[in-house]
Amino acid sequence: MSLMKHHAKVETNVFLLLIGILVTVAIGGLVEIVPLFTIESTIEKVKGVRPYSPLELAGRNIYIREGCYNCHSQMIRPFRDEVERYGHYSLAAESMYDHPFQWGSKRTGPDLARVGGKYSNDWHVRHLIDPREVVPESIMPGYRHLAKRPLDFADASDHLKTLRLVGVPYTDEMIVNAKADLEAQAAPDADTEGVAARYPKASLGDADGNPAITEMDALVAYLQVLGRMVDFETFKPEQALR
Amino acid sequence: MTHATMAHGVQRDASPYLEDVVKKFALAATFWGVVGFIVGDYIAFQLAYPVLNLDLEWFSFGRLRPLHTSAVIFAFGGNVLLGTSFYVVQRTCRASLFGGPALANFVFWGYQLFIVMAGLGYVLGVTQGREYAEPEWFVDLWITVVWVAYLVAFAGTLIKRKEPHIYVANWFYLAFIVTIAMLHLGNNLAVPVSLTGIKSYSLFSGVQDALTQWWYGHNAVGFFLTAGFLAIMYYFVPKRAERPVYSYRLSIVHFWALIFLYIWAGPHHLHYTALPDWAQTLGMTFSIMLWMPSWGGMINGLMTLSGAWDKLRTDPVMRFLVTSVAFYGMSTFEGPMMSIKAVNSLSHYTDWTVGHVHSGALGWVAFVSFGALYFLVPVLWKRKQLYSMRLVSLHFWIATIGILLYITAMWISGIMQGLMWRAYDSLGFLQYSFIETVEAMHPYYVIRAVGGLLFVIGGLIMAYNFWRTIRGDVRTEVPYEAPHAAVAGAR
Repeated sequence: MSLMKHHAKVETNVFLLLIGILVTVAIGGLVEIVPLFTIESTIEKVKGVRPYSPLELAGRNIYIREGCYNCHSQMIRPFRDEVERYGHYSLAAESMYDHPFQWGSKRTGPDLARVGGKYSNDWHVRHLIDPREVVPESIMPGYRHLAKRPLDFADASDHLKTLRLVGVPYTDEMIVNAKADLEAQAAPDADTEGVAARYPKASLGDADGNPAITEMDALVAYLQVLGRMVDFETFKPEQALR
Repeated sequence: MTHATMAHGVQRDASPYLEDVVKKFALAATFWGVVGFIVGDYIAFQLAYPVLNLDLEWFSFGRLRPLHTSAVIFAFGGNVLLGTSFYVVQRTCRASLFGGPALANFVFWGYQLFIVMAGLGYVLGVTQGREYAEPEWFVDLWITVVWVAYLVAFAGTLIKRKEPHIYVANWFYLAFIVTIAMLHLGNNLAVPVSLTGIKSYSLFSGVQDALTQWWYGHNAVGFFLTAGFLAIMYYFVPKRAERPVYSYRLSIVHFWALIFLYIWAGPHHLHYTALPDWAQTLGMTFSIMLWMPSWGGMINGLMTLSGAWDKLRTDPVMRFLVTSVAFYGMSTFEGPMMSIKAVNSLSHYTDWTVGHVHSGALGWVAFVSFGALYFLVPVLWKRKQLYSMRLVSLHFWIATIGILLYITAMWISGIMQGLMWRAYDSLGFLQYSFIETVEAMHPYYVIRAVGGLLFVIGGLIMAYNFWRTIRGDVRTEVPYEAPHAAVAGAR
């Protein structure tokens, strides 16, 4: 009965109980989360991963706004069937600039970690407007409003600045050119030299055929870069060894 | 146990307990419960019949799903937790609520404002994109203020208690309040783009962000949906059964073990991802260990019925409470099993997870809440009895059949989809395209939605029963459960 005797101290003193609870529930999180910031091998050193271009970032924010993560994962597990279906398993480095991460938890639809480059811009636009026109058995909602709505990007550089605050290595040059880069990436025949240099592999051009820069343009630009930053032709598996 | 368990029965009316606010919480819980169930069932039908998305942004699955999860967890569950905690803490401390009606009402209305802000945000597309933590930074700040006020009211009442011991239900409530505060603050660290704008970016990214989110996400289950509702079990099951809690020692051991182990379990949501293996293994190990304290709670709840098992047959409110504990036991076995990496490799990303969550959420959380609400409403409104015990019984069976349809449909569709994804044909190619697996889900999505519809109907029956009870009506009826007693009484 000693347990009961000692425990009486805790259950007759609110502060002891409160401190006891706080210490007990703090331990697990500290042990699991803190080392992820300190152990260097948590994120592989891989070439090619870069911050999102302003247009891709705007598209990513639309992806989040529409709740795409509720049905689509962005995390390919290292299984034979997943690698054959979706491509190389996902590396930690590939989401190192994702604030927040969008790995997802459910595949009502397929994984999108490497959807970039798999389909044409035109396919994406048609599919987003009316999924069942392209895939008759699909159960995805239609997103026709994206094609009609002009993208609001007046504060594009503020978004880059905020992300730099939380650790994304946007340069001064990127921040100064944020609006111009966004417009250049989405325009059908603009001077894209600057944006292409700053954001290699960015999908250039007007996606939806609407001369205005729409939310559809942004979302498609985001989808088209997913999983393409790391070159898996030259990627050596031992780079990923931890 | 006697001093701590039974003391709240005496001096019941000696001090002016604050009950108005508990009434409001009970009504809000009933209202939000029905709303949350309806939204949930609507999106269940959307998965079977995508035309229900209406091609309108405010009705798309992606925006309504967070509305459903938040409505049932935070609006329904939250109002039940806050309301019952205010009721229980006053009685088990023999003290009126600290801060009086002003603080209590601030907590109530502040919490409803949080719900409305969060819900409107989802429909309009204001979200952080973090599961179960979708509200943006300004809503997060507001709920922090409300939560501190809640802690002050609750802990203040504990401090001014006239009872020497703090009753076990209050340990669980306190752990729920404190830990949710810690998780909320840790998981919502973000920098707004502008102080006048709605958009923010999370402080962490990628792998660190993922583990922080599931440290939060799993413990929203552990502390919001488990510890808080165990507190409800520890008050309302003994009260309704009129028996003391089975084992005092078991409640001490399982309380500390449960809150210590739960926090570690988050990484099992990230098996085989880019999260380092050591973290996955730790998460799996602690998830399996968690089985034991979970069943400690189940045993303590069920064994409290010792000597009163007949109530399971005669009292439909007791049946809700006991069945909820049984569902708790089932889902806390299923959870550790699914956290084993080999099992998880099949179940992850599929409907099996959805079914697992709902056996816990509908069977455990909602049923124990229904039991507590059916207990509370006549007491709070000073009615001799509920309007109709037959309706309680009807609610129980309709809802139970609904849950069974739901979880069996999700077991089949989840396991089937997991197997189809990894199936190879004789030539060594993947046998099914993704869309073929989606097509195969259709019948099970229909069954699931029908099960959900039954659960919604049960909720409406409960709301009707409360409305008539509050009006003071009593239905002339012979309860299904006690024909002999009623006949004897009639003589």
